[in-house]
Amino acid sequence: MLEIVIFSTLNGILYGLLLFMLSSGLTLIFSMMGVLNFAHASFYMLGAYFAYTLGMHTGFWPALILAPLLVGGLGALVERFGLRRVHANGHVAELLFTFGLAYVIDELVQMVWGTVAVAYREPEYMREPLFTLFGTDYSIFRGVVILISILMFVALWYLLKKTRVGLMIRAALTHGEMVGHLGHNVPRLFMGVFGFGCALAGLAGVIGGPIMATEPGMAATLGPIVFVVVVVGGMGSLQGAFYASLLIGLIQTFFVAIDASVADLVNAMGANLDPYGELGRISLATLAPMTPFILLVLILIFRPRGLMGELEP
Amino acid sequence: MLKSLFTFITASLLLVGTAGAAETVKLALIDPLTGPMAGAGQPALEHLKFEAKRINANGGIAGKQLEIVGLDNKVNPQESLVQLQKAIDSGIQYVTQGNGSSVASALIGAVGKHNQRNPGKEVLYLNYAAVDPSFTNERCSFWHFRFDANADMKMNALTTYIAENKDIKKVYLINQDYSFGHAVSKAAREMLKEKRPDIEIVGNDFHPLAKVKDFTPYVSKIQSSGADAVISGNWGQDITLLVKAAAEFGLDAPFYTYYGASSGVVTQLGDKGVDRIYQINEYYGDFEDPEMAKRQVEMYKETGWDFYYLRLSTMLDMFKKAADKAGSTDPVKVAKAMEGLTLETTNGEVVMRAEDHQIQLPMFMSVMKDDMKYGAEGTDYNFHKVARIEREDVTLPTTCRMRRPK
Repeated sequence: MLEIVIFSTLNGILYGLLLFMLSSGLTLIFSMMGVLNFAHASFYMLGAYFAYTLGMHTGFWPALILAPLLVGGLGALVERFGLRRVHANGHVAELLFTFGLAYVIDELVQMVWGTVAVAYREPEYMREPLFTLFGTDYSIFRGVVILISILMFVALWYLLKKTRVGLMIRAALTHGEMVGHLGHNVPRLFMGVFGFGCALAGLAGVIGGPIMATEPGMAATLGPIVFVVVVVGGMGSLQGAFYASLLIGLIQTFFVAIDASVADLVNAMGANLDPYGELGRISLATLAPMTPFILLVLILIFRPRGLMGELEP
Repeated sequence: MLKSLFTFITASLLLVGTAGAAETVKLALIDPLTGPMAGAGQPALEHLKFEAKRINANGGIAGKQLEIVGLDNKVNPQESLVQLQKAIDSGIQYVTQGNGSSVASALIGAVGKHNQRNPGKEVLYLNYAAVDPSFTNERCSFWHFRFDANADMKMNALTTYIAENKDIKKVYLINQDYSFGHAVSKAAREMLKEKRPDIEIVGNDFHPLAKVKDFTPYVSKIQSSGADAVISGNWGQDITLLVKAAAEFGLDAPFYTYYGASSGVVTQLGDKGVDRIYQINEYYGDFEDPEMAKRQVEMYKETGWDFYYLRLSTMLDMFKKAADKAGSTDPVKVAKAMEGLTLETTNGEVVMRAEDHQIQLPMFMSVMKDDMKYGAEGTDYNFHKVARIEREDVTLPTTCRMRRPK
């Protein structure tokens, strides 16, 4: 039992950190520009594919830096020459623009890299076990992924709280016009934030690709969950997104790991459900992929502003 | 003079053109060609196209040239019905599909309804891999032919092999959560109980089809259950990612699978799959037959995919034999000729049982090995034969009571 708890915790945290890397960019972009970027997960996919292609020439480590930079640059271009023009027509136009962009990126990826998964893998030496516990190996790569995620989290916190740029971003979040009147170039700041958010998604792709499989459907599978994270955490709240990511990561892995049925869970909370009925006998493991969406519905009913959100959506 | 020559040439070209068009018979493949399961559909499409060339060089189907049309269904039953309608509207009378019994179930229903309402325009459904046993039992249909052993037959062969391995005491079952996965799990439990009552089933998990990207939580569960063998009917991405996660976490228990040699597995696993991944299938990766070896080499060179679906070759060969025998490509006549048809394959004789339209064939247990003569996916790894299970030992009775057209 202990081994399941330990490994599920590790897996849950790793998954949660990956989710946070994706959702932090999304929530930053949303709170600053009011744009819900539907193409965000597509940038995550691009990160994985770029790292795959670059990695064949440069190796893993340079690709780890280059691929997110490339994705970030692409994101900045999208903002500068796409979103900024569409912006004049209001939020609905922006939403539709990112929605269309997601489809375009999906199709492009299929045209360039094919419709089946590519063999994007971590370098050979990182497949060795970092440690072995109860006969289960934990690979070096997974350790590296956790480390990179934490480093990124610290860097993000430092950037936002301790630097001048962070000060401007935080000011622009709430008082965009005032920042503009003070002589700062707000459109350029927007472009930077959009590019930065995309770069974070790209980084998640680089380290998530070998774990989750790099295939054209990867954006579509993770996309909805990232939105769930942002809503559960509270629209525009970075801290909220962090807790929501970890919560969803842990719930999902523990639901798989625990050998119990819906009836066991509900009855433990004092209800009385037939353990052999249609609903009661469904195992929690089967429900696991659904948990983020169950959580989404519960949050929207009981706490519409999310865990840490300040605004009513 | 020149003008009349020109009209003559164009006229004869047109004639040849129309004559050529009339002389084709189209077979539509309705399978996932994009998305997470494309790794199962794409190689099938390439295999069909590759083998169609051979069929056409040998005189085609009852004298007509065979043309393969790929239609993408994204493993979605609704999407498949749209594609089926599209095929029917363009005059296609033969469809084939394999990936997903959920899809096959929808197709059987739709084809049956269409044929009832449109006599003279019948459509035949050639199933090459959807193995839910019910399609050739309680839900059998005259318009459906299965060229793959069904889930129960595969489990029959697989458990026969496991029963002889006395080291196996605890078995873990992990399958996809839909009709096929449940059929595999049920068959495994029943047949193991009968053949090896001492084996304990230490886990019986179902996960959603094509949704799980990270199988590590399942793997830690298998690890802690103390299982010394895992049985899985997973296919497509679900088998690739499952065995990849198992290898990564150092799970030593061997995997007895239906589709362990699916595309991507050897590339993803490399050394860690050797002696660990078993597959029960109608073929294996030794290619002892020089003719098959030739096809493997040529197909890999031409398409980048391995010669994996021997049953697709069998299907086309039987299609040709039946149509040639009937002297027509009319689906009703072909279907009647197909019933009870035998074919000599590289593995010996196979029969299309008339009672339920379920092919009867020998099966092979193979295991992943390094340094194989013909490696899969451009590596040195492939699946080496460890046991042959004869046709008589694979076969199972049927409950089918087929209704045939008059």
